Amino acid sequence: MVNLKMQPVRVPGPFEAPSPAGEKPRTPPLGAEPSAIRKFLLSRGSSAMVDSAFRWLMLVCALAIFAIVALIFWELTTRSQLTIHKFGIKFFFGSAWDPVNGNFGALPFVFGTLVSSLIALIIAVPLAVGVAIFITEMCPRMLRGPLSFLTELLAAIPSVVYGLWAVFILVPLLREHINPMLIRLLGWTGLFTEPNFGIGMLAAGVILAIMILPVISSLTREVMSAVPHTQREAALALGATRWEMIRMSVLRNARIGIVGSIILGLGRALGETMAVTMVIGNRPEIVRNLLAPAYSMASVIANEFSEASDDMYLSALIEIGLALFLVTIVVNIFARLLVWAVTRGAPARVA
Amino acid sequence: MLLAAALTLCAASQGLAQKLNGAGATFPYPIYSKWFSEYSAQHSGVQVNYQSIGSGGGIRQVTAGTVDFGASDGPMTDEQLAQSKVKIVHIPTVLGAVVPIYNLPGVADLKFSPDVLADIYLGKISNWNDARIAKDNPGVKLPDSRINVVHRSDGSGTTYIFTDYLSKVSNDWKNGVGRSTAVPWPVGIGAKGNEAVAGMVRQLPGTIGYVELIYALQNKIQYGYIKNVAGNWVKGSIEGVTEAAASVKSMPADFRVSITNAPGKNAYPISSFTWLLIPNPAVNAANGKVLKDFLNWMLDHGESEASALYYAPLPPSVGDKVRATVAQLK
Repeated sequence: MVNLKMQPVRVPGPFEAPSPAGEKPRTPPLGAEPSAIRKFLLSRGSSAMVDSAFRWLMLVCALAIFAIVALIFWELTTRSQLTIHKFGIKFFFGSAWDPVNGNFGALPFVFGTLVSSLIALIIAVPLAVGVAIFITEMCPRMLRGPLSFLTELLAAIPSVVYGLWAVFILVPLLREHINPMLIRLLGWTGLFTEPNFGIGMLAAGVILAIMILPVISSLTREVMSAVPHTQREAALALGATRWEMIRMSVLRNARIGIVGSIILGLGRALGETMAVTMVIGNRPEIVRNLLAPAYSMASVIANEFSEASDDMYLSALIEIGLALFLVTIVVNIFARLLVWAVTRGAPARVA
Repeated sequence: MLLAAALTLCAASQGLAQKLNGAGATFPYPIYSKWFSEYSAQHSGVQVNYQSIGSGGGIRQVTAGTVDFGASDGPMTDEQLAQSKVKIVHIPTVLGAVVPIYNLPGVADLKFSPDVLADIYLGKISNWNDARIAKDNPGVKLPDSRINVVHRSDGSGTTYIFTDYLSKVSNDWKNGVGRSTAVPWPVGIGAKGNEAVAGMVRQLPGTIGYVELIYALQNKIQYGYIKNVAGNWVKGSIEGVTEAAASVKSMPADFRVSITNAPGKNAYPISSFTWLLIPNPAVNAANGKVLKDFLNWMLDHGESEASALYYAPLPPSVGDKVRATVAQLK
């Protein structure tokens, strides 16, 4: 232990701060108790060592993030050596998944993960931003508390509960009412055609949308309420309508934060396992039809890992994990570039 | 009940315990945990810790020598045995079966010939009023609707047994799909676990799936008849499964045998053993002795409790052979 008891640092105390004549002293008069913080600072001696130790400790914490990411990457690559050697880069573009003959490819799983997350974003983003706008800008005071509480409560529900709900409520609803309508109205696009099982890519996208909605909306709400009131008042004073005010002063100022919240939501959608497995149909196939069953990377690992006994099969599953890791990184880099492109040197515009 | 078993195991750990570790199959977990807790209760100081991490994990752990015993729903392959650090002996414990469940309102006791079942899962038969289904079910009014095929999405012993059977009765299945805990299914959607397969079948009319016999019996799910090798229509039952095991003509000395498509008169054709994988000689000599004692206890007392949990016990002929093998364990 280093000797921390050094020369007391001179903190201007009440005893040596003579108040200018005629002015009311700001510090308490002699004899009065100094505040708790001041008492502590006066009594604790030097903190130079503690400060520098603290700084190093925090640096170690920050570097731990790099170490963890590097370790994950290293572990995933060393454990999947077998398939990396056998299939090389073709693993990521192959679409076979045949554990019996040891032939593996990751493409259908990458496709399923990306498409289901994309569907989730398409549904959740407008909804979440709408919820946030309503809560911050136009919600009656008595509704604000319950509404934001409920949105945050959605984020706390475990994903297996979402999965169960999806199996028993969402899937029959899609199968009996929504999917037939989509087939009738949008069947010509090729995105919605028979057979209609209820479960499939669309069901996975919808359940993911519900799961990421609270993440996006509660963060967006925080960001929007951080926009200074003067901005709103200025826009209104210049004659903007309420919608114009929201668009020009609130959304425009909050856009970086909104994109950030969308990235967080996307992160959850990409990695979500349980709820997706329960409704996606678990079929490694790339088809245009969104009502057809599909498969995601996280799901196949969760499904097949425990019973995978031969080494090649195990290696393939771990390489799927590597693929998921890489896809997450690529998607995040892409999203950051997007934020950078949107925000770089943006002057006040009306659009 | 499982909770009670777990609590018993925890309680036993308080004393100076002879502690055995095992890992493997999830399918026999209920009966294993019952056996282990009863055995611990009767033999103070013995504690068995069984982790149901799946057959694949069980094989990996036992061959690496990190556990005292493993458990698997499928026998280890020659390659796996050759790679193993320790010599492994297969000990069959109980039997399970897989039954085809379906949802056709108003149609009870549907019958499936083996080739029809295989072709449904191959996608060659895709409508319920197909002539070949009608031929097996004279007088039954079959609806003109699509067959929705459901299979397991998680790797499982159930899938192994089912695909092993289909490989034996259909060459197209054997060459095109094969047998494994997870296979490239030609058609259908995947559901995770017996519950989800049964859930899909219950929800969606026109659906066919397969689940473990125990699951169908406990949950009273309707399941179909299958034509066995002897030409009889049999429905999955504990007796049918035990008869299948007894009717295997040449039981190999290492018990690594598939009993699907067994020849017995009333044998249920989609049946299988589940095995304990015992290192011989034992990794830890003291634990090996306890394990040997447990296996004898299982044969004497444990087997009779199997059917209460809807597992089929070993037929006496197999039980005697197992006893001889256990006696040789070092």
